[in-house]
Amino acid sequence: MLLIYCPYCEEERSELEFRQAGDAHIARPTNMTEMTDEEFEAFFFLRDNVKGLTFERWRHLNGCGRFFNAARDTVSDKFLTTYKAGLPRPDLSTLRPATEATVETYEATESNAK
Amino acid sequence: MADLATRTLPLSGFHGGSGAAALSVASPATRISLRAKPDAVAALSGVLGLLLPTKAKTSASSNGRHALWLGPDEWLIIDENGADLMAAVASSNVLHSATDVSHRNTAIIVKGRGAAVAINGGCPQDLSLAAFPVGACSRTVLAKAEIVLLRTAEDTFRVECWRSFSPYVSTLLAEAAEDAGN
Repeated sequence: MLLIYCPYCEEERSELEFRQAGDAHIARPTNMTEMTDEEFEAFFFLRDNVKGLTFERWRHLNGCGRFFNAARDTVSDKFLTTYKAGLPRPDLSTLRPATEATVETYEATESNAK
Repeated sequence: MADLATRTLPLSGFHGGSGAAALSVASPATRISLRAKPDAVAALSGVLGLLLPTKAKTSASSNGRHALWLGPDEWLIIDENGADLMAAVASSNVLHSATDVSHRNTAIIVKGRGAAVAINGGCPQDLSLAAFPVGACSRTVLAKAEIVLLRTAEDTFRVECWRSFSPYVSTLLAEAAEDAGN
């Protein structure tokens, strides 16, 4: 079972109590009425879906009910840190390094096969 | 003369459990879901007659009235004596949001040396006395249903669930209580 640290409950809880809630740090445009459809699409629908470190919103739905932000590695599924909503991105150099090197991917093991 | 409608309580007549974890239905109580900012906590505590807890996973109880911390600005207030909680908080004259959820929730009391084992049959929380002491409370899950847990004694838990989930929660607890031993 994956344990997630809730910054409001100040303890680790089971993933069963949490829901993912999309990307974090997406700034709402202030000029929404003047935007073109393409600009609105980029803000509203288009996401990066990065491989590796990503910043996400999570909600402690069946707990304190609060939204918070998390830095998570999409390859290893490890949470590097969680922090309260409204806080800026944490300094990545102070976080534990992502563990991509230990994850065997097709590219790492097979792509250079002779 | 017209027939009067009679109210049937959820889980009316339910009993079950095992020697290690006995299940019983809690008597009807009044409940409110209370939301307020930190500056209103003192005034609300005054009119409710107990100190609203501000620390995660803690509760306050006095004379059958319980205040459970659910979130940083959210509490569940339960009064087992049926007091009018809405009127009480309305007299505080501070900004808050209160919703009467007396009939939304029902509660099951799980009692016995295997009470924690029975609840852990569907709840992922650490219910050891060190992590979840007497008076600890938390909103959490019991399998697919949301519950609010309150430890009222070392071997007793109050499991609050929504009334529409009560057949599911009671059946699951009964099964888990069987597994907890005799």
